[in-house]
Amino acid sequence: MHILANILIDGISYGMVLFIISVGLSITLGLMRFINLAHGAFAMTGGYLAAWLVRVEGWGYAASVGAAVLLTAVLGAALEAIVLRKLYRRSELDQVLFTIGLAFVFVAATNLAFGPQVQMIPLPAWLAGSVDLGVRTLPAQRVLVIVAGAAVALLCGLVVTRSRFGVWLRAAVDNKDAAATLGVNIRLVSGLTFAAGCGLAALGGVLGAELMPLEPYYALKYLVLVLVVVAVGGMGSITGTLAAAVLLGVIETASKYLASEYGSLFFFVAMIVALSVRPQGLLRRAA
Amino acid sequence: MNRASIERALAPSSPARHVGIIVAVGLCGLLLPDQWPLLARIGVMALFVLSLDLVVGIAGLATLGHVAFFGMGAYTAGIVALRWSADPLVGLAAGAAAGALTAAVSGVLVLRYQGFTFLMLTVAVAQILHSLANKLRGLTGGDDGLSGFAVDPVLGIAPFDLEGKVAYLYALAVLAASYYVVKRIVDSPFGLSVQGVHQCRARMSALGTPVARQLWKMYVAAGLFAGMAGAVSAQISGIVGLDSFGFSLSAEALVMLILGGAGRLYGALVGAAIFMALHHTASSINPYHWLFVIGGLLMLIVLVPQARLAAWFRAVPRPWAAPPRAGKREAA
Repeated sequence: MHILANILIDGISYGMVLFIISVGLSITLGLMRFINLAHGAFAMTGGYLAAWLVRVEGWGYAASVGAAVLLTAVLGAALEAIVLRKLYRRSELDQVLFTIGLAFVFVAATNLAFGPQVQMIPLPAWLAGSVDLGVRTLPAQRVLVIVAGAAVALLCGLVVTRSRFGVWLRAAVDNKDAAATLGVNIRLVSGLTFAAGCGLAALGGVLGAELMPLEPYYALKYLVLVLVVVAVGGMGSITGTLAAAVLLGVIETASKYLASEYGSLFFFVAMIVALSVRPQGLLRRAA
Repeated sequence: MNRASIERALAPSSPARHVGIIVAVGLCGLLLPDQWPLLARIGVMALFVLSLDLVVGIAGLATLGHVAFFGMGAYTAGIVALRWSADPLVGLAAGAAAGALTAAVSGVLVLRYQGFTFLMLTVAVAQILHSLANKLRGLTGGDDGLSGFAVDPVLGIAPFDLEGKVAYLYALAVLAASYYVVKRIVDSPFGLSVQGVHQCRARMSALGTPVARQLWKMYVAAGLFAGMAGAVSAQISGIVGLDSFGFSLSAEALVMLILGGAGRLYGALVGAAIFMALHHTASSINPYHWLFVIGGLLMLIVLVPQARLAAWFRAVPRPWAAPPRAGKREAA
C-alpha cells in the first residue's frame, strides 16, 4: 500500500513535468504541423538559465524561474521569427533534420558555456522541506510540481477555450487558410504560441531538474520521452497531452520501482498499445 | 559477351559500373594501412545507410528506428558465433535473416501509419529491443555487451588479423555485393512502383499498385541489409554493445544519408564516408565541438535549396570530362 502511494505520487509529479514540457510541442505540432526536435533544448535552456541565475547571480528562486521562463520564451520567439517560420511549409524530413541540427548546436553550446558536469538548481528553504497534508507528508518540491502542472493545464485550457487569442488559435488549428481569410493574424498567433510553448518547456526544465538532471545531452536524452507523450496524447490536444503525460509518467515510475531491470520496455509497449487503439490521440475517437 | 551487353554494363546508371567504382575506390584504401579499422567501420556504416536509403529515400518514410534491424543483426551474428557456428558467412546470413524478420513483424504494425506517428512507432520498436537486450543478460550480456566470440577465417582461407586488412576487405566485399543487389531492386519494376508510392500514394493506388504490400516488401528488404550491416559490424569488431540499438545511431545514419543525398544509393556511401571521416578527426579533438560541425551542416543542408547546391556543383569546371558530341548538343 505504501509503495503504491509512492508510485502514484512520484508518477504523477513525473507526469506533470512531462506535461509542462510537452504541451508547447503538442500545440506547435497541431497548429503549425511543425516537428520541433529542438523542443528539449528549450527545456534545457530554461533549466540552465535558472541554475545560473540562482548560483552565480545570486537571485531568489522564484525570480530566477520567472526570468528563465521569460528569456527562453524570447529566445524561442526570436528563433521562430528568424528561421523556423520558413520551415512550416517544408517536408517532415527537412523539419526533423533542421531542428535536430539545432538541438546538436544547443548541446555543444551548453557544454562550451557550462561544461559537461550536471548542474544543480539549489532549492530555497521553503521547497527543500516537506509538507504535511494530514494523511501523509510529501516533499515540498513534489507538491510544487503537481500544483504547477495542474495550474498550467488549467491556464492553457482557459486561454484556449475562453480568450480571444484561444479563438484565433483554435481557428488556425482547424483551418489555417480560412482563418487567415477571416482576418486572423496567423503569423502573430504562430509566433506567440511558439514562444509560449518554449516558455512552458523552460518551466518544465526547471521544475523537473530533480527528476531529469541538467547536463548538455539533456536536449537529446529526454526528447524521445516528450515526443512519445505528444504522439500518445494527440497533436494539439491539451487534455490529451495531460492524460498521456500522467499515464506514461505513472507507468514509467511504476516500472522503475517494480521492474527496473526492464528499463523503458513498459513505457514503449504502452505507447504502441495506445497508438494502435487510438492513433489520433488518447482522448479522440478515430474518425 | 557481345558488344551490347558490354555497353549496357558501362552505362552511367548500370549496377556493374557503380560496383566497379566502389571496388576501385575501396581498394585504394589498402594504401592506408593505419586507417584499415576506420575504413572497415565506414564500409559497415555505408551498408547500414544504404539500407536506410531504401526506407527514407526510395519509399519516402522518415524513420528514426532503423537501428532495430542493425542491432538484431549484430546480436544474432554474435550469438550464432558464440553458440553454434563461427563461420562468418553463416553469421552474416543469420544476421540478415534476423534483420528481415524484425522488419517483417514490426512493419505489419508501423506501416499502417504515416508521418509523425510512424516516426514515433519506429523509435518505440528500437527502444523496446534496446530494453530487451539489456534485460536478457544470459543471451546478450546486458550492458556489458556480448563479447568473447571468435570468427573463423572467411571462406576458410582468410583469417581476421589484428591490422584489420581482412576485416576491411570483408566489409568492402559485402558492401559491394549488397550495393549490386540493392541497385537492381531499386531499378526493378517493384522498385519503381515504390518510388511511385513515394511521389503520390493515391495515384499509385488508383493505378492498381498494392501500396501497403509494396511498402512492406521494401521495408523487409531494408531490414535485411541493415541486419547484414549489423552482422558485419559484430564480426569485425568482436563485440556487440547496447549502442547497436541506440537512438543516436539511428539519428547519425539519417544525418549521413542526408549529407550524401537521399534516394540516390551512392549518396549513402558518400555521406557515410564524409561523416565518418569528419567524425574521426573532429571528435578526436573534442566530442562536443563535433556537434557544432554536424549541427551546423544539418541546418545548412535544409536552408540552402538542393537546386542551388546542384548548380554550384555543376559550375565547377571539369576539364577531364569529355566534350559532348556535337549531335547531342544540338538536340539539347
